[in-house]
Amino acid sequence: MYPNNFHYTKDHEWVEVKGDIATVGITDYAQNHLGDVVYIELPAIGKALDAHSTIGTIESVRAVSEIFSPVSGEVIEANGALNNSPEVVNQDPHGKGWIIRLKMKNKGDLQALMNAADYEKYLEGLEE
Amino acid sequence: MKQTRFNANHRKRGAKMIEFVGWDMPVEYKGIIDEHIACRTAAGLFDVSHMGEIHITGKDALAFVQHISPNDVARLSPGMVQYTALMTAKGTYVDDMLVYCLHPEFYLLVVNAANTDKDYAYIVAQKGAFQVSLDNPSDRYSQLALQGRKAIPILQPLTDVALAPMKSFTCAFGKVAGKECLVSRTGYTGEDGFEVYSLDPEPGPLWDAIIESGKPHGLQPVGLGARDTLRLEAKLPLYGNDIDDTTTPLEADFKWIVKFKKGEFLGRDVLVRQNEEGISRKLVGFELVDRGIARPHYPVYLGGVQTGQVASGTFSPLFKKSIGLVYLPINKTAIGTEFEIGIRDRKVKAVVVPTPFYKRDY
Repeated sequence: MYPNNFHYTKDHEWVEVKGDIATVGITDYAQNHLGDVVYIELPAIGKALDAHSTIGTIESVRAVSEIFSPVSGEVIEANGALNNSPEVVNQDPHGKGWIIRLKMKNKGDLQALMNAADYEKYLEGLEE
Repeated sequence: MKQTRFNANHRKRGAKMIEFVGWDMPVEYKGIIDEHIACRTAAGLFDVSHMGEIHITGKDALAFVQHISPNDVARLSPGMVQYTALMTAKGTYVDDMLVYCLHPEFYLLVVNAANTDKDYAYIVAQKGAFQVSLDNPSDRYSQLALQGRKAIPILQPLTDVALAPMKSFTCAFGKVAGKECLVSRTGYTGEDGFEVYSLDPEPGPLWDAIIESGKPHGLQPVGLGARDTLRLEAKLPLYGNDIDDTTTPLEADFKWIVKFKKGEFLGRDVLVRQNEEGISRKLVGFELVDRGIARPHYPVYLGGVQTGQVASGTFSPLFKKSIGLVYLPINKTAIGTEFEIGIRDRKVKAVVVPTPFYKRDY
């Protein structure tokens, strides 16, 4: 369910790193918890983000939540396809439902994140 | 937390459960959008057992209900149902409710779950010299709502009540899936449909029988999430959002439930005066022009000045846009009037549109 090469936050974002480019999205747990996603507010290209700062807002029919950046860096791409098809976040949260790409500032940010096994353990704790 | 008698049915079906005004209720099963569209195109089954039921019986039952309601309850004969309000002396809402005339000396009031205890205490306090017995047997009632154009083909095979001849806002006693029930042609979705009340201590099989009968018709169970989006598209008000003890039926655009000619009722003098002087604000429908979703309590701006807040607001699964209801100054309520809604750090353009947003075409 949760890709082994991703890193995860307690706020249920994932990040996949290739070189110094980080792709960020929300986890399957998050999309399931939100329900039908109907609107996403994406950040401007070039915006500088700190780790834990707000990337944007994601709204389901009944809830609004913020998406936090797992790592620091500069926004180099936002998934514009989500403007017209936000439901892709529900359908493919770890793939086509990615939200932004960042040029990472500090690879050390990854140290604070969970691997897939730890994230799954973390989720089990939430279920109880 | 209180549970309805269908709790196991919901859990078996994999519902997401939430706490709603002290009740453990299903918020969604397959997803709000799917459930919403199923109800609009086929049918939806709702557990609304959390609703409150209040009995008013006795020689003065009619006179007493007339006293607390602005609508004319004298128009009801046994088997008829009416939408009305429970009124304060100020002409504002204690709640909105359905009144069922079951017998000339027996009225059933169906009220909002969040307000049941408050309403009952209020009704008891109004009793005065009226010769009535009052009872709040809400915990003994279970209630299901079957809503949508396929409601009759789904329910008819299960009941001896002849459904097709029933007029809207009428009710009848009969058996449904072998259990004694009260069936009314009422609902809260903008669709045709029925609400089924049962005092059976184990009504769970009733849910299963309706679900089973609905399978070939595309019936889906519907949670509280889609209940809210369905009622808002149909501009059916929600107490606490659109109406409360600071708003009158005239302001809420429900003048038709206020029958001045019927004689005395609580709040009548205030409403007579408001009707003569004219209301200063009115509840109207809007949609967002710009991107975003307007939600309850978001600030509303006219000419840059905050004038109030959004009453109800959601994403409409049918129209795929942000719709809602808002109180605006009466001179700003014309269709096409533009105003702004604050969404986080932006001001987003909205426009007054005709309501209901959705009207059924069958």
